[in-house]
Amino acid sequence: MKHFARRLKTQDNINTDYVISGRYKFRIQDPKELAKHIFEDLDPSFASRVKKGDVLVAGENFGCGSSREQAPQSLKQAGFYAIVAKSFARIFYRNAFNLGLMLLECNTDFIDDGDELELDIEKGKLKNKAKGLILDIKPLPPVMKKLLEDGGVIEHFKKYGGFKFEQI
Amino acid sequence: MGKTIAEKILSNHAGRDLKAGDIAICDVDFCFGQDGTSSIIIDSFKKLGVDKVFDKSKFYMILDHSAPSPNLGVSEIHKKIRQFAKTFDVGVYDIGCGVCHQLVPQKGHVTCGDLVLGADSHTCTYGAINVFSTGVGSTDLAITLASGKNWFRVPDTIKVNVSGKMPKGVYSKDIILHIIKDIGANGATYKAVEFYGNAIAALSVDARFTISNMAVEMGAKIGIMEADAKVLKWIAGRSRKDPKPVKADADAKYITVKNYDISKLTPQVAKPHAVDNVESAEKLSGVKIDQAYLGTCTNGRLEDLEIAAGIMKGRSVNPGLKFVIAPASREIYLEAVRKGFVEAFVKSGCIVVGPGCGPCVGTHNGVLADGEAAISTANRNFKGRMGNPNSFIYLASPATVAASAITGRITDPREFKKRL
Repeated sequence: MKHFARRLKTQDNINTDYVISGRYKFRIQDPKELAKHIFEDLDPSFASRVKKGDVLVAGENFGCGSSREQAPQSLKQAGFYAIVAKSFARIFYRNAFNLGLMLLECNTDFIDDGDELELDIEKGKLKNKAKGLILDIKPLPPVMKKLLEDGGVIEHFKKYGGFKFEQI
Repeated sequence: MGKTIAEKILSNHAGRDLKAGDIAICDVDFCFGQDGTSSIIIDSFKKLGVDKVFDKSKFYMILDHSAPSPNLGVSEIHKKIRQFAKTFDVGVYDIGCGVCHQLVPQKGHVTCGDLVLGADSHTCTYGAINVFSTGVGSTDLAITLASGKNWFRVPDTIKVNVSGKMPKGVYSKDIILHIIKDIGANGATYKAVEFYGNAIAALSVDARFTISNMAVEMGAKIGIMEADAKVLKWIAGRSRKDPKPVKADADAKYITVKNYDISKLTPQVAKPHAVDNVESAEKLSGVKIDQAYLGTCTNGRLEDLEIAAGIMKGRSVNPGLKFVIAPASREIYLEAVRKGFVEAFVKSGCIVVGPGCGPCVGTHNGVLADGEAAISTANRNFKGRMGNPNSFIYLASPATVAASAITGRITDPREFKKRL
């Protein structure tokens, strides 16, 4: 599958209120319905431009603010393959991996909206095909890698009857 | 090597010696969800396939963010929460009880040295009473609800010393806004913050909650303080649990130490649309305000209502401005009635709504119109937070909010110095 970058004009400190507004998350339970409203307060047409396999690209502290799991849930439902940012806020970080949504940390200064990206998680490389650049991805922590391999924390928990991380 | 409070509390709950950077499975003393997060807690809990919760006495669901329900969607979520509580015999604080972060400590569910998870980002509030409490998502909470445990990465700690005598008209909200301005919205991400100093010691427990509550606005996992006599007294009147106060070692390792002298601090205001976008109230005087809001897990406590009532008493809300007030719990509401604060508010033209989160999250109780500006005692001013992306939110202390409600523009409360 080909992956294309999707970027908002806002770069840093994109909070979970911006991902999915409280106007919707309190009254809509269906993730498909919620996914139609992602980033509505920043860019009302953004949701309609997202295609399955796209990679969301942002700056520092992506996902700060509210603990709402509807944020990563809506982004996953919208079709994002992964989110690449310079850094992530901690609650969002856990929530995304718990749902099996991959978050990667790398320098995102040289990625524009629409750039075609190639990800090699094992080698820790992100190739920006549009710009002919290869960027280093910070290695995934072993706990996060394990949660992704198992398809999220619920599947992990069911598989082992609890947590099973090698480094603990 | 000495240990920080975070290292000690997590070690105590993992049953082994931990230091910053370690990952461990810990036993959790109490956990909860609110009406915006409990629906997914229930769904995730059901997916886990377990037939009971780990301990019925250690979990509550609190209907506060959108309560009473403003629409059909929320009503269905509230119904689902009540039904789950009945089926699994767990506790609910239903609409009208108050805000989760007031009820959890006030009802005695947590005490010094506890490890607490809440499906709400402002769970860090109880750091003020020496609790390692932090926000998680709904699925993380469901894992804890099923097992009594979760995994933790032991955070590095930033030490924050706050010293100096607080000037008149300056409150704990101003202190934390000043600190967030300096550290930044991303400055404490993944980290614990320990607060110390004679300025913290001089604050009431109510006022300290305001500071710990906003630790997450700089990304922190916890914003914790040591338990002094005030804290132990506060807890003794509310909780039957045995407090286990935890202090950091003198040789604990901190990644950063920050020092703030607040003796010359002035009333502070966070401007739209970021909490670290802070300016003095004085410099913003003149900004026209359409709505004022006093309440929330940050500043909806009795002391906050008392400060605002002192300013409002005998005066009127500026014509055309709406001043909404939501006490943080039923007990606070009742006490505010007994002490005459509610009468003062109502006579001034304020709208006192039921205990809960009020208009903070933009679902009800005062959604802003296009172009309107609000001044609020809440903790977030993100674009759209109060229900409309075309509105503007300023954050300030109860005194600054009340003063601004009278004049109709952002006002330094020291203009009402006889009332402070």
